[in-house]
Amino acid sequence: MAQIFHRSTNTLSRVSVFGAVFFIAFLLWLFDAVNRSPYITQQGIARVQPVQFSHQHHVGAIGIDCRYCHTSVEKAAFANIPPTKTCMNCHAQIWNQSPELEPVRESWRTGRSIEWVKVYDLPDYVYFNHSIHVAKGVGCETCHGRIDRMPLVSQHPSLEMSWCLDCHRAPEKYIRPREDVFTMGYVPAGRQEEIGEKLKAEYHIRPTRELTDCWTCHR
Amino acid sequence: MRRLRFAVLVALALASAFCRQDMQDQPKYKNLRGSAFFDDKRSARPVVEDTVARGSLWQDDRFTTGKADGKLVAALPVPLTRELLERGRDRYGIYCTPCHGLTGNGMGMVVQRGFRQPPSFEIDRLREVPVGYFFDVMSHGFGAMPDYAAQIPTADRWAIAAYLRALQLSQRTTIADVPASARPALESPDAPAKAAPLPVDVDDWRRAVDEGPTEPPEREH
Repeated sequence: MAQIFHRSTNTLSRVSVFGAVFFIAFLLWLFDAVNRSPYITQQGIARVQPVQFSHQHHVGAIGIDCRYCHTSVEKAAFANIPPTKTCMNCHAQIWNQSPELEPVRESWRTGRSIEWVKVYDLPDYVYFNHSIHVAKGVGCETCHGRIDRMPLVSQHPSLEMSWCLDCHRAPEKYIRPREDVFTMGYVPAGRQEEIGEKLKAEYHIRPTRELTDCWTCHR
Repeated sequence: MRRLRFAVLVALALASAFCRQDMQDQPKYKNLRGSAFFDDKRSARPVVEDTVARGSLWQDDRFTTGKADGKLVAALPVPLTRELLERGRDRYGIYCTPCHGLTGNGMGMVVQRGFRQPPSFEIDRLREVPVGYFFDVMSHGFGAMPDYAAQIPTADRWAIAAYLRALQLSQRTTIADVPASARPALESPDAPAKAAPLPVDVDDWRRAVDEGPTEPPEREH
């Protein structure tokens, strides 16, 4: 009776047993890679908003300070999304016939909220507070990127925990003088390490061991 | 075959376990998160009429209204300090410069884009009004100007009012008014001209407008 399999399949089967290890490793890697990709993290993907508000225009071209709208960024956990009233401060007169702004005027007339789409959506088990970061010299730009060059806002970092820890482990690499927190396009006046170390002492930034405690962010 | 089916089921169960996001999206209200409970879909509730939020009850009418016996106060209801003026300059830079401009001449960027021009702070009428007038306008608006009560807390409105007086003084100051000891600093070429800087470098945004978004400059580490 003839053999069903040729002799060469012996080798083939050994190779495939060996290859399965790599195949499984590849699947694990693929799972991790997809998880870290913008497909999951939403990094760099501009959100479509009910009004196509351009930070590039309002911050970059007009030069309006972040805090004009994000009023509570210096004193609360939440930076604040401005109420329609803040839009109407200017747009009652400027572009007040523009169809682009009809949702704003409608909200103003009816009192219904504009439902903006949240861009930086942290998991609910993470505690984050804007005011402490601003007070300790973390620039807006450090986490939000060049907002003054974003027609539509996208998420600048991946917002993975490792990204948070990059700074919590070595804040001196990222912090800047308080008066430059709201500056876009800040360039340190000297070596960042030296400036960072000096500011870290001056602003009483806690030691890395405390900044990387679990309960610092998961409370 | 049955074993294979079992393996596939286990794999599916494991995979779907990874997809659950219950901890990520907990059924609770965070700031400005929508609500299915209230008709207006807001979890942040408006202040109930005739109530005062914690921490915002001030007993001093001069401080909260800028008026005493129905008349605008001529004196600041808070101590005038260097910190107050610096705070005022800082806040003026954020909330007022878009229209009033850094020097208060009423030629801010928003005015250049078509908003009705406010008067310069330098005109005689505004030099003569009591300081409570500025507070009152910030609190209730005036003419085309909307009120800023929601954006600027009471204490900061007084800081800005105090700074406006300093700004008015500065516009009619000559070198003779500067103490001799401070003059060399002003005349040196790298005298600090840093009064409430704009949040962006002017050249930077021109470039950004001309060329569209570009990569941020490389940092030195």
